[in-house]
Amino acid sequence: MGLFIAQLLTGLANAAGLFLVASGLSLIFGVTRIVNFAHGSFYMLGAFIGYSLMQVLPGFFGFWASVLLAGVAVGLIGVIVEICVLRPVYKAPELFQLVATFGVILVIQDLALMTWGAVDVLGPRVPGLKGIVRVLGEPVPQYDLALIALTPFVLFALWYLISKTRIGILVRAATQDREMVGALGVNQAWLFTGVFFLGAALAGIGGAIQLPKGGADLLMDFNILAAIFVVVVIGGMGSLPGAYIAAVLISVLNVFGVTYIPQSTLVLMFVVMAVVLMVKPYGLLGREEVAGEHGQVGEPERPFKPAGTQGRLLVGGLLAILAFVPLFGSSFLSVLVSDVLIFCLFAASLHFILGLGGLVSFGHAAYFGGGAYVAALLVSTVGAPMEVAFLLAPVGACLGAVIIGWLCIRLTGVYFAMLTMAFAQLLWSLVFQWDEFTGGDDGLVDIWPAPWLSGTTAYYYLTLVVGVGGIIFLRHMAHTPFGYALRASRDSKRQAEATGIHTKRIQWAAFAFAGAMAGLAGSLFVFSKGSIFPTELEIARSFDALIVIFLGGVKTLSGAVVGGASLEFVKDFLTRFEYWRLTLGLLIIVVVILAPDGIVGSLRKFGERLGVLRGVEN
Amino acid sequence: MTEVLRTDGLSKSFGGVRAVHQVSFGVREGELLALIGPNGAGKTTCFNMLMGQLKPTSGEIYLRDENLAGLAPREIWRKGVGRTFQITATYQSMTVIENVQMALISHHRRLYSIIPYAHKLYRQEAMALLELVGMADQAERACAILAYGDLKRLELAIALSHDPSLLLMDEPTAGMAPKERIKLMQLTADIVKQRKISVLFTEHDMDVVFAHSHRIMVLNRGVLIANGSVNEIRNDAKVKEVYLGGGNLFEKEKDSSNA
Amino acid sequence: MQLRKTSIGIAMVAMMGLFSGVAQAAETIKVGEINHYKRMAAFANPYKDGINLGLDEINAAGGVLGKPLEFIFRDDQGKPGEAIKIAEELMTRDGAVMLTGTILSHVGLAISSYAGEKEHLYLASEPLADALVWEKGNEYTFRLRTSTYMQASMLAEAAAKTSAKTYATIAPNYAYGKDAVAAFKKALLKLRPDVKFVTEQWPALFKIDAGAEVQAIERAKPDAIYNVTFGGDLAKFVREGTTRGLFEGRKVYGLLTGEPEYIDPLKDEAPVGWVVTGYPWYDFKSGPNKVFVDAYMAKYNASPGIGSLVGYMTAKSVAAGITAAGSTDTEALVKAFKGLTLQTPVGEITFRKQDHQSTMGAFVGTTALRDGGGVMVNWEYKEGADYLPSDEEVKMMRPAAK
Repeated sequence: MGLFIAQLLTGLANAAGLFLVASGLSLIFGVTRIVNFAHGSFYMLGAFIGYSLMQVLPGFFGFWASVLLAGVAVGLIGVIVEICVLRPVYKAPELFQLVATFGVILVIQDLALMTWGAVDVLGPRVPGLKGIVRVLGEPVPQYDLALIALTPFVLFALWYLISKTRIGILVRAATQDREMVGALGVNQAWLFTGVFFLGAALAGIGGAIQLPKGGADLLMDFNILAAIFVVVVIGGMGSLPGAYIAAVLISVLNVFGVTYIPQSTLVLMFVVMAVVLMVKPYGLLGREEVAGEHGQVGEPERPFKPAGTQGRLLVGGLLAILAFVPLFGSSFLSVLVSDVLIFCLFAASLHFILGLGGLVSFGHAAYFGGGAYVAALLVSTVGAPMEVAFLLAPVGACLGAVIIGWLCIRLTGVYFAMLTMAFAQLLWSLVFQWDEFTGGDDGLVDIWPAPWLSGTTAYYYLTLVVGVGGIIFLRHMAHTPFGYALRASRDSKRQAEATGIHTKRIQWAAFAFAGAMAGLAGSLFVFSKGSIFPTELEIARSFDALIVIFLGGVKTLSGAVVGGASLEFVKDFLTRFEYWRLTLGLLIIVVVILAPDGIVGSLRKFGERLGVLRGVEN
Repeated sequence: MTEVLRTDGLSKSFGGVRAVHQVSFGVREGELLALIGPNGAGKTTCFNMLMGQLKPTSGEIYLRDENLAGLAPREIWRKGVGRTFQITATYQSMTVIENVQMALISHHRRLYSIIPYAHKLYRQEAMALLELVGMADQAERACAILAYGDLKRLELAIALSHDPSLLLMDEPTAGMAPKERIKLMQLTADIVKQRKISVLFTEHDMDVVFAHSHRIMVLNRGVLIANGSVNEIRNDAKVKEVYLGGGNLFEKEKDSSNA
Repeated sequence: MQLRKTSIGIAMVAMMGLFSGVAQAAETIKVGEINHYKRMAAFANPYKDGINLGLDEINAAGGVLGKPLEFIFRDDQGKPGEAIKIAEELMTRDGAVMLTGTILSHVGLAISSYAGEKEHLYLASEPLADALVWEKGNEYTFRLRTSTYMQASMLAEAAAKTSAKTYATIAPNYAYGKDAVAAFKKALLKLRPDVKFVTEQWPALFKIDAGAEVQAIERAKPDAIYNVTFGGDLAKFVREGTTRGLFEGRKVYGLLTGEPEYIDPLKDEAPVGWVVTGYPWYDFKSGPNKVFVDAYMAKYNASPGIGSLVGYMTAKSVAAGITAAGSTDTEALVKAFKGLTLQTPVGEITFRKQDHQSTMGAFVGTTALRDGGGVMVNWEYKEGADYLPSDEEVKMMRPAAK
């Protein structure tokens, strides 16, 4: 009994920090609809700033003053980010802002490294709260009790602020109807800035308040990101009480998981999220999303036709140049171009469902890595010939997408995105944990192509044919009745359903097809690298593809390919330098601000303004 | 005259609230039938059941001999029922003609076709439909930049694409200028005549209703209180009572129809 | 704005560096060094410093084969796929003669597989995975650092001498943690078949829920604990464990816990009385160890970590290998590395012919507090050769390699 109570208390204490950070994220999303990836960075900054303040402010009160000041400081940083980076791109397609926040992450990572150095810092303990209290004989740290006691006050204060004050009422109104608040004469820009301040400050306080239980390090931004998104989604996007319940649920379950199923630590919260979303598609206390279909808000996508003669000649010319790469370039150039092509195919496969179908998947790496693993496992376990494994990889990925798609497709918007992420994460943990079969995180190595394809040049041509072929096939699909049906399902579900289109089935089929194409990319990948690791299934991999789509232009057909190629080549160049993350992050932010329609979309508009391209009539 | 559509004791309750109660009526071949009633009378609920958006609590809907109750909208459409929306629903990212082609592709069951270019399929059929509604000159324009009245006409073309025997039109003239309304309904009436389609429509604008319907049904508080010719409805005491102060409306109507 | 200027400045300086590197291309012997310089900066930077110190000495003494030796440092972002692309570039475009580097095991394994396929020499300097030289070992891969198996065996040997009967283990939930627990269990059960493992805890790497882990271990009431956590996880585990009295009256064995990279951040909260592997640079009074530490501190004005030592030994191993080969041809280099013997700060090491593992050993000692920081006392250097499996076992374990 004592142990049970003590475990419960541990869970509640853990929930405190998690709730603080997650509530900020939930608030920001609820009002601004921004999926703020940089929230983990705010949390990290809170920890580092709090640490620095605690070095100069001694004692019990110094500690708490440091926590609050860290919150204020991070809140102000949030304001800077909001004004400089996000405000210029509010009018861009929804979710576009996540690209900007991705840039912010990179910048903050390098700035933190410059400021605080590479070595982890251990958080100071709180004077007066260093000891333990015995609860039914079990030791419970005093600081844990302080955290448990504090959280309801924070929740209450936030609740009071949101539901009893004028600002709160405006915030709530904005959560439900942004335009209406604008119409009421409230300066929406400053309301957003204010919410960003509060959200970032909460993250900062969350970072500072966990210092006595750990410390600050440069990996903590990414390490908390998945957890806070899970909490926000389980609770229901935008719901503070929901976030609290979810934080407690996750933390307490985790404590018991650690004790009774120690191996569960990787996957537990994703299982909980998947279960909650399948039972309650909008989270525990969330409301059905009223926002527009993702990626499609604002100016609608323009009608498109297959490329004309000019366009085809251009692509043909480009292909001819690519075909000559091994003859005139170095073998490294072949490898680099292969890498880029493979990545572009992966991104293009996601773009197919995201751009044409409005289906934002946060877990597309599951099919890329999944395909790669299918090929690798066929080779390593049953000794399948490379050619067979290569062709079966997309089939395997497609099957996976059929199953996961069936489970996810009922949901829409951010919840759909989060459920796809949960399943991708489940697949990742399965591969990660099941050493005997998948090699765990030591991966599967020595998966090389058949002898006739093993030379760099031979494999380059395979990649060129399959990669470009795949991209062209995806593009062709956009022009076929199937591609049109997918667009129709996105543009107007009502009309589509009323004219005989089974929209969910179309979307499901598209999801499976995109999975197969991602699997094909994965198949090319594994034989070009000779090895595969769970990193290719990670959330980060999914976001790599997501980001280049928005960077290239989600509402264009070639966005993913142009964005993917640009980012990969730039990255290849920049990573040679010491502070490449800072440079890349700033570059991304600049591109995002200058080209809110993505590279392709903005170039097109620019061309129209110059009169080089024929514009649309207005 | 044979009936195309027949409802039998159609009812729907939400929780304990009876939105539609025991509504039975028929739509005859080639007929323009209006369903009217004050706000909250249950018109939309009734329509949503016919179109498959809502499942009836009880009652049957027969399209000739087939029971439609509980079928999904897309299944009802396949049986030859077309529809237009109160608030237009079109594919904003496509051109005008592509909107119609999309419906034709669905009608010809080629949604999963991955070989041909969609924009080349059924172009002539689509163009013919656009001509019918007077939109041929705008065929290649982006749907997103159309005027509202044009969108309504485009929707009509879409609804006609699978050659329906019955057309359900939910407030076809909502949100349009008065002149436009008459034009659209005239167009509809002409097409109905030409193609021998039956039309059931709801409408707020009594000018439209009395000018074009062959028959009118009046719904109040979920119950059908009148069903008859234009003149019968005009003189129905119960209907007058329901439309409190609506007498004016009818007077005005009388003038215009006499004119 | 200031920021942007700074970053542009950085970019320009770096670009100049790049071009100047190209300019001297003809006269140097280049080695491609791939590591997680950004993702694991705390570990990779001392390692880089170690390499540069080694290079200074090598080139001051005339370089190798009459040419200066140069390392090209590249960041792989911690991604195996990226590492392979960079490896290709280093070998085919930049003219590197061999590859070195990586801390993360999976990146090491990826490069090893690549090296085997493309027939390039790879000296895996820091990755610990046992598979690198055994199950997945190949002709072209050599490993410098004392492996997980060796270090775990050293701790097991110390543990076997105590009366503790029940053990709990805690290790990060990934390959290194699993290897480390398996090796410790195997070695300890061999020496003490009566020992029981009562619980195994597997926190997610860098996401430990320390309070819960401590409670779970406490619940099993073990006599002793074997710890494999490191970095931020270790800090949290130590703090929660100390606060809740987990370590009172228990023997604790900590793999790598005594390495400066891990124990220094704990400051005055460093655990006391744990038996650990590590690097007691502060205690050398004389000899080659002392010479290295002094040289390092003179150059960088910072204390060395284990990474510094490994980096330094990497540079020295490369130089020795190339000198012995008398050429930069890969086949000659592979032949030279097999059985290559050289002098290092920790003594003489040999790259074993049978599995390409070096015989670098490790320091085993007991943790204590000194001047507000954690140190190792009563330490002893254990020869790596004594903790490697027999040739028979190695043959069984190395199916892939010739």
